[in-house]
Amino acid sequence: MIDKEEIEDLTQAHEEDFILNVGPQHPSTHGVLRLKIKLQGETVTHIEPHLGYIHRSIEKMCEASSYRNFIYLTSRMDYLSAHMNNQACAMVVEKGLQLEIPKRAKVIRILMSELTRLASHQLWWACTGLDLGATTPFFVGFRDREVILDIFDETCGSRLTMDYNVPGGIMFDIHPNFQKNVHAFLKGFKKNLPEYHQLLTGNVIFQNRTKGVGYLSPEDTISFGCSGPTARGSGVSCDIRKWQPYDGYEDVQFNEVLETAGDCYARYLVRMREMEESVKIIEQLIDNIPEGDFQAKTKAVLKLPKGEFYSRVETARGELGVYLVSDGTSKPYRMKFRSPNFSNLSALREIAVGGKIGDLVANMAMLDLVIPDIDR
Amino acid sequence: MTNEELKIFISAHTPEVVFEESQFLNTTISFDKLYSLAKHLRTNPDADFDYLFCLSGVDWKDHMLVVYHLTSRKHKHNVVLKAKITDRVNPEVHTVCDIWKTAELHEREVYDLFGIKFTEHPDLRRLFLDDTWGFPLRKDYKDDVTIVQL
Repeated sequence: MIDKEEIEDLTQAHEEDFILNVGPQHPSTHGVLRLKIKLQGETVTHIEPHLGYIHRSIEKMCEASSYRNFIYLTSRMDYLSAHMNNQACAMVVEKGLQLEIPKRAKVIRILMSELTRLASHQLWWACTGLDLGATTPFFVGFRDREVILDIFDETCGSRLTMDYNVPGGIMFDIHPNFQKNVHAFLKGFKKNLPEYHQLLTGNVIFQNRTKGVGYLSPEDTISFGCSGPTARGSGVSCDIRKWQPYDGYEDVQFNEVLETAGDCYARYLVRMREMEESVKIIEQLIDNIPEGDFQAKTKAVLKLPKGEFYSRVETARGELGVYLVSDGTSKPYRMKFRSPNFSNLSALREIAVGGKIGDLVANMAMLDLVIPDIDR
Repeated sequence: MTNEELKIFISAHTPEVVFEESQFLNTTISFDKLYSLAKHLRTNPDADFDYLFCLSGVDWKDHMLVVYHLTSRKHKHNVVLKAKITDRVNPEVHTVCDIWKTAELHEREVYDLFGIKFTEHPDLRRLFLDDTWGFPLRKDYKDDVTIVQL
């Protein structure tokens, strides 16, 4: 069905323009994103996202949930960074309650975050290969990701939407096998990482499709509010783990990965090197998990004082902000999630317009969009 | 700048503001004064608020707020601007998407969920929902199918 605006748009188009709909069901959009693209020959002249195909109004549902329950709705936003989303929400409640969480909980939270980041980047790498026409990376990426998901399954009870955070710490202690399994994973992954680079990074076809494609300038990056690897590929330092360290990130040694080329290949390299940094963080902490409680004592019904609280975390895709307005009752008055993908999507216009239609898939792959996080 | 210096800086440009300190410095301002203050905060090199990291709406029943979270990457200071709108029937505020490009999508979202119109926005349409739908995040919204029981 064509709606009213579309007919207007079609009448405004010139004779040589070609209007193309990508999605909502398209393999390279990785979800229900619909893009309306205007083409002149093979060149993209206009691009317009149409959203709302998976809008569930999570912000409204939060207003009806208690401070303990709303956290788990957010696993369904960016499901590949489920742990970090939960962490941001738990942190905002802790901020309101002025609750200090035990050291053990902090360390386990960081470990889980970095494992999630690794799993997310592995999935991104696998799908990028597939989007650009290589089938093998898909299997290699998923092979390693499976090991992480099994670790999650053992400790948290689920593989994807882990729901492991509670206000005051984590829900239960780690599984006895956790440290052993993480060590086994790290050993295997470090052995496999050169294979990743052999398959894609050094591949001439891959480099030709990504180098110099989809340039985003640092000024536009900031103006569009981009964050995460998308911004760091343009040389904009924006890692919340460094800017405003949370939950003990100030005590671990790692580098913020920056590339300055601003093209697809730079964004690719940022994610690849970020995986190495995540491995570094996990190695520092895995044998040094402090003993003690894993959860601070909290009341059964949480009530936040009247006021406003904001927490920021670095998910696998960028900065997630949680803005909580409390009116002093046991339910949030207003929740707002500033999701990284929402802002990154707005830069797609800048990246893709002027390029060729064939490069659109590469551009989309390097933005690494997760659509439920955009629609919420 | 520290919060105290920011207060002096903002009051010098727009005297009729209300400050409140929580995690950030909150600045409540009438909706018709917002645009000129926002432009001043962006263009003045001493303030240089170049990164709009969150734009949201809040409905307080007797008035509505559009909340802008701003940070300066150079000076590392933050400020929160709140545009206060008392007219619930025809709420309006000037767009800031010529100052920060990210506002374009964010303002469409606020329009979609709160019904706040952003004047001179280049492409103000509903973002997620149908044109016939109400504004779900307003507190007087009637949820016909009661998916969310408040």
